Amino acid sequence: MEFFERFAIPHPSPLIYASMVAIGLTLIAIVIGITYFNKWGYLWREWLTTVDHKRIGIMYMISALLMLFRGGADAVMMRLQTAVPDNAFLDAQHYNEVFTTHGVVMIFFMAMAFVIGLMNFVVPLQIGARDVAFPRLNAISFWLYFAGAMLFNISFVIGGSPDAGWTNYFPLAGTDFSESVGVNYYMWSLQISGIGTLMTGINFIVTILKMRAPGMKLMKMPMFTWSALITNVIIVFAFPVLTIALLMGTFDRQFGTHFFASTNGGMDMLWANLFWVWGHPEVYILILPAFGIYSEIIATFSQRNLYGYKSMVGSMVIISFLSFLVWVHHFFTMGHGALVNGIFSITTMAIAVPTGIKIFNWLLTMWKGKIRFTVPMLYSLGFIPLFTIGGVTGVMLAIASADYQYHNTMFLVAHFHNVIIPGVVFAMLAGLTYWWPKMFGFMLNERIGKWGFWFLSIGFVFAFFPMYITGLDGQARRMYTYSEATGFGPLNMLSFFGAGLMAIAFALIVYNVYYSFRHSPRNVGMDPWNARSLEWATQNPVPEYNFAVTPVVNSSEAFWDSKKNGHQLFKDKITKIHMPNNSGMPIILAGFFFIFGFSFVFSIWIGVIVSALGILGTMAYRSFENDHGRYISEEEIKETEKEYGGAK
Amino acid sequence: MKLKLAFISFAILITTILAGCEPLLVLDPKGPQAETTANVIWLSIFTMAVIVIVVISMLVFIVYKYRASKQKEDYEPPHIEGNPIVESIIIGIPVLIVIFLSIVSVKSTYEVENIPEGYENQEPMVIYAASSNWKWHFSYPEQDIETLNYVILPTNRPIEFRLYSYGPITSFWIPQLAGQKYAMADMVTKINMVAEVPGDYAGRNANFSGKGFAENTFTATALSPDEFDKWVEEIQSTAKPLTEEKYEELLEPGHLGQMTFTGTHLEFKPAPEGENAGHHHGDADEEIERNDQEEGLEDHSNH
Repeated sequence: MEFFERFAIPHPSPLIYASMVAIGLTLIAIVIGITYFNKWGYLWREWLTTVDHKRIGIMYMISALLMLFRGGADAVMMRLQTAVPDNAFLDAQHYNEVFTTHGVVMIFFMAMAFVIGLMNFVVPLQIGARDVAFPRLNAISFWLYFAGAMLFNISFVIGGSPDAGWTNYFPLAGTDFSESVGVNYYMWSLQISGIGTLMTGINFIVTILKMRAPGMKLMKMPMFTWSALITNVIIVFAFPVLTIALLMGTFDRQFGTHFFASTNGGMDMLWANLFWVWGHPEVYILILPAFGIYSEIIATFSQRNLYGYKSMVGSMVIISFLSFLVWVHHFFTMGHGALVNGIFSITTMAIAVPTGIKIFNWLLTMWKGKIRFTVPMLYSLGFIPLFTIGGVTGVMLAIASADYQYHNTMFLVAHFHNVIIPGVVFAMLAGLTYWWPKMFGFMLNERIGKWGFWFLSIGFVFAFFPMYITGLDGQARRMYTYSEATGFGPLNMLSFFGAGLMAIAFALIVYNVYYSFRHSPRNVGMDPWNARSLEWATQNPVPEYNFAVTPVVNSSEAFWDSKKNGHQLFKDKITKIHMPNNSGMPIILAGFFFIFGFSFVFSIWIGVIVSALGILGTMAYRSFENDHGRYISEEEIKETEKEYGGAK
Repeated sequence: MKLKLAFISFAILITTILAGCEPLLVLDPKGPQAETTANVIWLSIFTMAVIVIVVISMLVFIVYKYRASKQKEDYEPPHIEGNPIVESIIIGIPVLIVIFLSIVSVKSTYEVENIPEGYENQEPMVIYAASSNWKWHFSYPEQDIETLNYVILPTNRPIEFRLYSYGPITSFWIPQLAGQKYAMADMVTKINMVAEVPGDYAGRNANFSGKGFAENTFTATALSPDEFDKWVEEIQSTAKPLTEEKYEELLEPGHLGQMTFTGTHLEFKPAPEGENAGHHHGDADEEIERNDQEEGLEDHSNH
């Protein structure tokens, strides 16, 4: 019995017990459902063991949407708790856990996964490749991310959630002040999914550098691919810092070292520095792909080529460089004096210049265009003013002296949501809607989509703009409650109202998937949006091998040129195609990683040893495995192409 | 459509500002430091508002003018690569704005870090502010007084708060007097401020520090120098001395009301500065000693 006591939740509440029951019932329902419809074999063969970048991308995005709802539920709970003064809906401990998991889930398991999911789906298509460079490694990346996400998500029903904020500052996150296993969960779930992300970074750099279609020079790549390349370079440089910081934190918590302790030569601010040396580039890991998506969408729906292609690329390169030189602005108030703060203040503001270039380039792309107000375009048009407001408040925060007043307040919370939601979330929804026909062969309903957009945008304004004001009025972030005398009440109520509208928006977006699945016409043809880049030169949905014949490219808008300027994309004849085999090894490896992480969280060393042997064993097995892939025959390709083409 | 959105957001902003009967704390300064930051904030709001207005107007104009529904069916948008002049403008203007704001930032940061202008001649009064879960301990070494969760300041005299923490990193903040500064366990940070208007000002820890964080507040009361002296005298004659035992009790996690003692905890539990710091930086003697040691090591390795 003693063994099991460690799994108890340190701060139980009816809400958590209710969630436990809900999780249990959902799991049982899923298992029964799959068994009843006899889909286990299909699921295993077609999805769980797949190495196809498109399916991995889709699995990333499904997971990201699930995490969006988990993180969104946390958000609504927070806004509900703070909607009125002295509310007793959540107690302090529970509230602390909720905002911690909200941040971690949204950044690591929602935004990252969504970005990587879209990159997975789109990048190989945009460069005319059959898959990523290392398809099986790609599957491992996904399953490690998934294992990390699941490990994090079980924390609140087994052993307790982390409660030191998503930034997890030491010594608060040390064992002296955070005794439950919550922060161990934080360390290991991020560690495991972080390894996956790092491998994604390497995988995509190699893919983009080595697997482009003939003729596609670097400066002829579509803008989304450019953004993906730069993003993955940032990943490869930034994530090792997180890996090491997490490892040091784990050692502090579980093996009694003093890296981040305030005694025995440790240094608590070292964590903050390492965290943000990774954390600030992370912001650009999220936003650059979003910039790429907007570039594609704005060009397509303005029916014009992207304005200032070279300056778009240049500005992203500069942003990626500067992103590593600004981390101190996350703690100007640490007391390192005016000189250091002055330098980091300037580097921070410098980022506004390349970002501004991009905003104006998008505006100039629409100039003399022929603008169609589709759902993806609406998100892009909503993005420009809202992101500009978020960006300029970022410049305000970059002024060190003023930051002494904004720091740790709702003003900051308003700012980063103001860049992340119109920046990343809008982009993901826009990208999802835009590439949806490529994924599934039908379009999402435009009318419901537009309703979703308006609810989301207006809800966003109501939810976050009031925070700028309460922040300037002295409302610190992360307070579970406040007294009526502070006067924060009405504006917080307005925020809650906005959060409600956003919740409705997400419900509409999900309903749209269901509605369109039922009612949208199938076989939308190759080019439903009148698009410009290479991914639209193949069938919808995309066949397993992507392109029957490797395309030949001579501009960044190869598909547009083939439509309008008579460029011939496909010159070769159809021949057999070499493809990688599916493999169960990635999911098994991730399973071992999950057990490893779980055992480590609770310091169950026997579990750690066994699963570590499992991990090594799986890798050894892979090393000796002889797998040369397989060929899709010429006849099979011709038949598939006919089937897709014939239905047009 | 964008116009509607912009209008709605603007309307919300204006109404909420107008609806608040009292000015926002940060923009209602009662001392030179907070006044500097408030001025910088207003300046940056106006500068940034210009940018937002320019971007939104361009967007509205372009979207309105070039919408497909207005154009001829057979209109084919031109292919435009880019234009060096246009691109220099969209780089040049932001660069100028950033240079301007960089100067404002650096200058104002030096201002708020140092003793405010006009008060340089006065010797600052030193008050130690130490946070423990979830309280603030204020020690007046000069007056030999210690208070809990409230601090009394004389007006028009520079105050140097020396901050540190027992435990998590906290952030010392009195919005109407000055911006924040972290308090950490292994070093002492300093923050300068002056209160120019007598009154009660809300103060708090702004950095999340666990369960009792929301209530980790204190009051800063500014009194005229005469009243301040009277307060000191009164405390000296009425309050009990702070014992080490009592202080350990106060450090236990929890919330306590306001308390007052004579004597300070610095006598038996000194602040982590100088030789008591977690890392011995900033101390000149120590620095020399360390350099000597390092040289010694180098010599050793040369042999």
